[in-house]
Amino acid sequence: MIKVNAIGDACPIPVVKTKNAIKELGGAGVVEVLVDNEIAVQNLGKMAKQKGYEFKSEKLGAAEYQVTLTVGDSAEAQNVEDIPEVCAVVPGHKKNVVVAINSAKMGVGHDELGGVLIKGFIFALTQMDELPSAILFYNGGATLTTEGSASLDDLKNLEAQGVEILTCGTCLNYYGLGDKLRVGEVTNMYSIVEKLTGADLVVKP
Amino acid sequence: MLIGFDSADDAAVYKVSDDIAVVQTVDFFPPMVEDPYTFGKIAATNALSDVYAMGGEVKTAMNIVCFPQNWDINMLGEILRGGSEKVIEAGGVLVGGHSINDVDVKYGLSVMGLVHPDKIYANNGGHPGDKLIITKRLGVGIISTAHRVGEATQEAMDQAIESMTSLNKYAAQCCKKYDIHGCTDITGFGFLGHLHEMVDGKLSCKVYADQLPIFPEALEYADEFLLTAVAQQNRNHVGRHVRFDKDISFAMQEVMFDPQSSGGLLIVLPPDQADALLADIQALGVPSAIVGEMMEPMGKEIIVTNLNK
Repeated sequence: MIKVNAIGDACPIPVVKTKNAIKELGGAGVVEVLVDNEIAVQNLGKMAKQKGYEFKSEKLGAAEYQVTLTVGDSAEAQNVEDIPEVCAVVPGHKKNVVVAINSAKMGVGHDELGGVLIKGFIFALTQMDELPSAILFYNGGATLTTEGSASLDDLKNLEAQGVEILTCGTCLNYYGLGDKLRVGEVTNMYSIVEKLTGADLVVKP
Repeated sequence: MLIGFDSADDAAVYKVSDDIAVVQTVDFFPPMVEDPYTFGKIAATNALSDVYAMGGEVKTAMNIVCFPQNWDINMLGEILRGGSEKVIEAGGVLVGGHSINDVDVKYGLSVMGLVHPDKIYANNGGHPGDKLIITKRLGVGIISTAHRVGEATQEAMDQAIESMTSLNKYAAQCCKKYDIHGCTDITGFGFLGHLHEMVDGKLSCKVYADQLPIFPEALEYADEFLLTAVAQQNRNHVGRHVRFDKDISFAMQEVMFDPQSSGGLLIVLPPDQADALLADIQALGVPSAIVGEMMEPMGKEIIVTNLNK
């Protein structure tokens, strides 16, 4: 193991000293670095991530941090890929179904009927053997997850069974419903696109 | 008072009459180069830049100096000579200043300029669809840092100095013909930090990393982990507003967070005028490019991608 004292050194010197120590190791081994600020710890962390070194840091005092870098046998050979984003777990045999609701009404025709139908649709979803992984609400659909919606109980039921209930934040703001969301989470266009493109089947009532 | 504390703008603007507003700014910092004359030029270029970023013309400037009493006073003379040359080039008059004894050297200017009250460039006036133009190449922070530890080539450092001592005056003059919706200069917060101020939580901006003018050495040194503390602070500060596509390299990210001493301008204007302004700026020999587009808010404020996949 090589110890590096970089107390009192400004960036990039702690990283430069550490790089030299790793070169000195000439292969697998451990380098222990002392630095006096959190930013230096983060910069060492970035190098460790890029180079695939194991990284540990510990705060020893008000201005004393110990960083331990473990260099593996083949660490230099390949960069470690970014940790993949967490995705919803979908059992292999099951389709990933996403429901996209873009209006508070179902179908085109009489509005009152449309409202009754969408309420019926959401209730019917709760009765399905195989539930969708997520239900997305955008544009007029955003009123269904907010205060006064007749479907709140059904949606809470679905959420309790593991269905993600996601409502477009831009839409909530547009309709002045920013503080009226009563079920599920606020989402953004990126998540909506990811959910839709990642689905095996998109259902739009 | 037209522009003050409540926005993240480059300078304060005070309206005197219907056609005159005063732009007031102050900026000073410690040396990032060894040569005092060069340091004076960089510090002055940087301080004057705030007036240009507001759409103003430089009128008067005052020196601000911190200097150790027991050091060679000729060194201070060189700093002030560098600063004075830049004030003259800016078309301004150096009218005085203030110096104090300190353990470290710091130098800068307080600058006063004038602008028409209707022609002020705020930071955050962009509309969806507007294009983003950048002037000057990015990466002078990483190059200066690498140079300090003896890891930069002289050629790279010379080019960085050339960039840091170039006034934003000429690019700013080109802007006068166009409907500028937003303008700021890139300094300590780096490209992404200053872009974050322009987006101001009200829009999103798509940035094309492969279109950014960059010193190639800056990418090399970032890959060598010659990382600055300020870039990491910038990452901590604005990183959560930024989404990088998977093919944006670590080095490219670092350059985008890199603090720029006396950096270039970020200009936001309508899409149908962007090509013409870019051509005007490029005709002056200033490195510049269209590097992004403003959009309706999309969850993340800044989305970094490549134009050519």
